[in-house]
Amino acid sequence: MRDAVRFMLGDELVRVSGISASLSVLDWLRGTARLTGTKEGCNEGDCGACTIVLVRPRHGRLDYRAVNACTLLVGMLDGAQVLTVEHLADGARLHMVQQAMVDAHGSQCGFCTPGFVMSLYARAKQPKSERVDAAEALAGNLCRCTGYAPIIRAAAMIDAHEAPDQWDRRSKETLARLEALHDGTTLCLGDGDTCFMAPASEDELAHLLVQHAGGKDAGRPTLVAGNTDVGLWINKKLMRLDPIFWLGGIDSLKQIAESNDHIEIGAGVTYSEAQAKLVGLFPETGALITRIGGVQVRNSGTVVGNIANGSPIGDMSPLLLAAGASLGLRRGEHRRKLALDEFFLSYGVQDRAPDEFITHVSVPRLKPGAVLKAWKISKRADQDISCVMMAVWLDYDGARINDIRLAFGGMAGVVCRARACEARLRGGPWTRQTLAAAQAQLREELQPISDMRASAGYRLDVACNLLERLYIETVERAPTRLPDASLA
Amino acid sequence: MVAVPERCGRSGPINLREACGLLEMPWPQAGRPAVPHESAARHVAGSALYIDDMPEPAGTLHIALGLSSEAHADITGLDLEAVRQAAGVVAVFTADDIPGVNDISATHSHDEPLLAQGRVSYHGQPVFAVAATSRLAARRAVAKARISYAALPAIIDIAAAQPGGVMVCAPMVLQRGDPAPGLAAATMRLGGEMRCGGQEHFYLEGQIALALPGEADEIIIHSSTQHPSEVQAMVAAVLGVARHAVIVEVRRMGGAFGGKETQGNLFASIAALVARATGRPAKIRPDRDDDFIITGKRHDFLLSYDAAFTEDGRIEAVAMQLAARCGFSADLSGPVTDRALFHADNAYFYPAVRLTSQPLRTNTPSNTAFRGFGGPQGMLAAERLMEEIAYATGQDPLDVRKANLYAPGRNVTPYHQTVSDLNGLALVEQLEASSDYRARRAAIRAFNAKSPVIRHGIALTPVKFGISFTATAFNQAGALVHIYTDGSVQVNHGGTEMGQGLHSKIIEVVARTLQVPQEAIRISATNTGKVPNTSATAASSGADLNGKAAEAAALTLKTRLIDFACRHYHLKPEQVRFTREGVVLGTSVLSFARLAQAAYGARVQLSATGFYATPDIHWDRASGKGQPFYYFAWGAAVSEVAIDTLTGEYRLLRVDILHDVGQSLHEAVDRGQIEGGFIQGMGWLTTEELVFDAKGRLATHAPSTYKIPACRDTPPDFRVALAQGLAHGAATIYGSKAVGEPPLMLAISVLHALGDAVASVADYRSCPRLDAPATPERVLAAVRRLKDSGLGP
Ligand SMILES: Cc1cc2nc3c(=O)[nH]c(=O)nc-3n(C[C@H](O)[C@H](O)[C@H](O)COP(=O)(O)OP(=O)(O)OC[C@H]3O[C@@H](n4cnc5c(N)ncnc54)[C@H](O)[C@@H]3O)c2cc1C
Ligand code: FES
Ligand code: FES
Repeated sequence: MRDAVRFMLGDELVRVSGISASLSVLDWLRGTARLTGTKEGCNEGDCGACTIVLVRPRHGRLDYRAVNACTLLVGMLDGAQVLTVEHLADGARLHMVQQAMVDAHGSQCGFCTPGFVMSLYARAKQPKSERVDAAEALAGNLCRCTGYAPIIRAAAMIDAHEAPDQWDRRSKETLARLEALHDGTTLCLGDGDTCFMAPASEDELAHLLVQHAGGKDAGRPTLVAGNTDVGLWINKKLMRLDPIFWLGGIDSLKQIAESNDHIEIGAGVTYSEAQAKLVGLFPETGALITRIGGVQVRNSGTVVGNIANGSPIGDMSPLLLAAGASLGLRRGEHRRKLALDEFFLSYGVQDRAPDEFITHVSVPRLKPGAVLKAWKISKRADQDISCVMMAVWLDYDGARINDIRLAFGGMAGVVCRARACEARLRGGPWTRQTLAAAQAQLREELQPISDMRASAGYRLDVACNLLERLYIETVERAPTRLPDASLA
Repeated sequence: MVAVPERCGRSGPINLREACGLLEMPWPQAGRPAVPHESAARHVAGSALYIDDMPEPAGTLHIALGLSSEAHADITGLDLEAVRQAAGVVAVFTADDIPGVNDISATHSHDEPLLAQGRVSYHGQPVFAVAATSRLAARRAVAKARISYAALPAIIDIAAAQPGGVMVCAPMVLQRGDPAPGLAAATMRLGGEMRCGGQEHFYLEGQIALALPGEADEIIIHSSTQHPSEVQAMVAAVLGVARHAVIVEVRRMGGAFGGKETQGNLFASIAALVARATGRPAKIRPDRDDDFIITGKRHDFLLSYDAAFTEDGRIEAVAMQLAARCGFSADLSGPVTDRALFHADNAYFYPAVRLTSQPLRTNTPSNTAFRGFGGPQGMLAAERLMEEIAYATGQDPLDVRKANLYAPGRNVTPYHQTVSDLNGLALVEQLEASSDYRARRAAIRAFNAKSPVIRHGIALTPVKFGISFTATAFNQAGALVHIYTDGSVQVNHGGTEMGQGLHSKIIEVVARTLQVPQEAIRISATNTGKVPNTSATAASSGADLNGKAAEAAALTLKTRLIDFACRHYHLKPEQVRFTREGVVLGTSVLSFARLAQAAYGARVQLSATGFYATPDIHWDRASGKGQPFYYFAWGAAVSEVAIDTLTGEYRLLRVDILHDVGQSLHEAVDRGQIEGGFIQGMGWLTTEELVFDAKGRLATHAPSTYKIPACRDTPPDFRVALAQGLAHGAATIYGSKAVGEPPLMLAISVLHALGDAVASVADYRSCPRLDAPATPERVLAAVRRLKDSGLGP
């Protein structure tokens, strides 16, 4: 057991102990470390003003990731290198990324700027072949002044230039220092009032959960993976969470296991880490993943966390429901497998005991002839929560629908399958007539609510129209996608 | 135990020139604009200081506000005992604890208490304040209050407030001629209504104030405000002290957009109250959600129009009523709704016209200034009218717009000011050609005919925006310039920097006037102790007013130096010339620093104030006549969009802008204002939707639910050009024109392009009448309405 979280802050090894379990990295940086370049714009992961870069060893090299410091707990820094906007300049010389922002006039009020600089920096650290479009990489950073055009220009300037910086020159040394921090011990961080634990193995987590569920005086543990949901309970609802069990110390949960007929995504796998595999499995859903949160959210948030929170408007759950996924759960020594359909019981209620945790989600590969499509409809294209999300798994032979699974988010208190509609479609010819009947069925089957994102009527209309889109795409084949393909 | 690391990287501010000079540019130098924003190097390095970044003095208290949970109610019980007992709490304040006046109404209407007294008038109104040793402790303590209410009827939206609604101030009427006979006898006539939503400022840096108590009744306030003098006045009134005891300082704001013109008063006054009462420094930085809930926003409007026009689309008579949701107090709603009327003509001539405003009181946050200040909403009415007439007469909306633009002989506004620089048509025609509008429109129609689901649309809309505060007295400014004996120059002026590049422009003005390099000039933080009685940095006038004042101060100093040089070196005035190479003195050249040193030795005063008052303007609100604007800024934009007729989603594909900034003082800054203003306007008209529930609670109170444009919403093809060679009669600073607000309204072209795309589903035979914000939901609703109209192909 270790009672101090250890990480590198820039070039310096830091040990922090005796802090509240729920202290955010943002508050620690600005308050304790007095690194005030990192800004708070929203304290809920939506604006990117607090973007910092976390560097971790991965496959023998350093992996640079932009994350939001406001939804990150200090304990989650264990074993990483933290780079903030203050760490980029080399002495009096601005970093090339910063200089590009100056020369492209990428700042006006300057408050969002450190966040953009860090997102651009993380992007510049990706191998060129893996670098995404600048606008996609910056979707998690809001700027109210510039309208983004100059920042996109800065990104282009950066792309046209390649030069190692002071961190690249030190990368071997940093790698060795970070690897040395990875000692397989359990971290237990606290201030006597609250406790943040990072168990080092699945067994230990299982044991701890059971132990805490039994003890009378012990607080109810909160599992944390990426903290992109839980962070909001802390920052906005001011919830006191004790103890917090963080999954990030468990290597075995960070794996994606592949077999001939399915892949298993561990509970510690982030969207970013799962993205390539999921797109490989379901080529037609690639754009969806790039529209879940922004890069920072995808670098922290996990696929399993999105299922575990039971949100009716989560985006992974409909996709995985349609795909026919199942969950692996563990409670003490007992493991079970559960079809994803059966996990969501009702609004806010899932089939999971308090001392049980999800180990992984198992996603079957597509059988030949089947496709999986997913469409997310939201007010704003990027980093917005769906008002309607439809995922459909379709086995269509050009005349008849042999089989179909139709899943929705945003259309009920839980993500759900439209089974009656599926039944209408299954086995029948795929014609405009069938479509009309299926749409009528959908209107009977789904009872969405009205809220600030959309009205119930719009949600229903869109759900029906997405069925039509499916028809047009699979039968009539007229273009149905807006010009920017990445928006799908 | 917490290990505190040494501050990493470098701590001091990075010198811009040094930084720029040292790094060899990896990208081509050509086209690299010479002068960045004066703070750019500090912005990118994270060393630009905002109030929350300042080291907190020992003992600083943190404040959180307890907010009303009701939209309209009498407070029947206020039990704050548990709050007082909560961990970390040092003091709790209610209205009874205010030593001076419990009022922060900007227009002296005495309708805006600092803390609610007896009655709450909107959901989210501050009722009490908690000061604690940490921000978290203060936030936690707030939740422990027990307040009981007796509910009163609440009016939430415009519909409920109309008709016969209570108004927050007297409405305004603008009339020229009488439209009634023209309307009655019209060959063609149409009327209708349009709704447009409000807009949250979403300045990235939220509201914040830090108050530092001094000796006796002195106090220094660091406030994120566009209007330090007003904060000073409010704080003095709330504390019951003279204004000379209060100093307000603003280094910079992390964005404001009008949201910190009056809305900072509350936070600064609360911080001052706590600091005064406890004798300790006090800081308030509301959480983003509270900031959304407490503060006012852009006014939403219900615009009603009735117009007569000829068969070729020329307007003959117009009557409009512009009703606005003002919220619980007047704030700036009077001037905002006035400005809506001033722009309900946009760039078009109305031969006979009557315009009335309706500033309605509602139980919602008090709506306030927001870039454009009512102008955008007024212009929406004008542009909707153009669209309606185009569909009624079967013309390209651009032709209707061109036919109605102000022109020689047709150049008097509804407020009886003559439009002197008639730049509209030249600008529109230039853009029409450069954007290839006609050919693209034809191509879009051809595309749409073959595309069942995806439809494209295009629109060109102009902007004419009046420059000056319509309250004539505010059109004044002061500056203070010091030359030090090393030749460095410190400039202070009444304007505040919120990212708009005002300081960069003032530096340019002083550099040009004194012919010193920009590096020699530093703008110090705006401070009420240096330049007093300033106007808000608003109405796009910051550079116009303060630039002239700074120039005046610099000219005074220059004159003194010339006088000195003539005396000292026995020269004639024409033999003394200030150049970038130094001051030419007859046949020799002396550096500016050496001249300053010599002047100092001869006891010449090297500090001067400057003052400016805009000439030629006057306004009589009661008669609706005058010359409220010194000049007009012009612009035009073409937007092209694609919509998905199954979901209502859309993309902005290409934007062409031609905008008039006169002789630009700072091209990069001006372009930044144009691009940024356009995108902000687009957000207002598309995805930014404020939703209040029936109980007056704001449902969209965070960026998770309130969606400002993100990076991918910027068009992939964005062409901005500065108009050249247009008329500009006014004697502005170095021939420049105000640029802060006007470009926002260029985004009206996006709304109309969306409308054009929607209209395609009914073969362009029915006016799409898209209200704002045109969310995907509203676009789909319009598509349905038009499809159901039976006019489609
Ligand atoms: C700015 C922003 C944008 C977002 N955008 C989207 C979006 O577009 N689409 C979308 O769907 N979501 C979105 N989200 C929500 C969020 O990112 C996802 O729900 C995310 O997948 C949660 O994963 P996490 O690892 O961060 O979960 P955490 O916050 O760590 O945990 C989430 C919940 O799951 C529980 N949990 C986590 N792991 C396990 C486990 N192994 N076993 C049992 N319970 C567990 C936790 O106790 C908690 O209740 C957004 C969030 C933010 C802040
Ligand atoms: S502060 Fe906005 S994302 Fe962290
Ligand atoms: S520069 Fe002001 S928010 Fe981006």
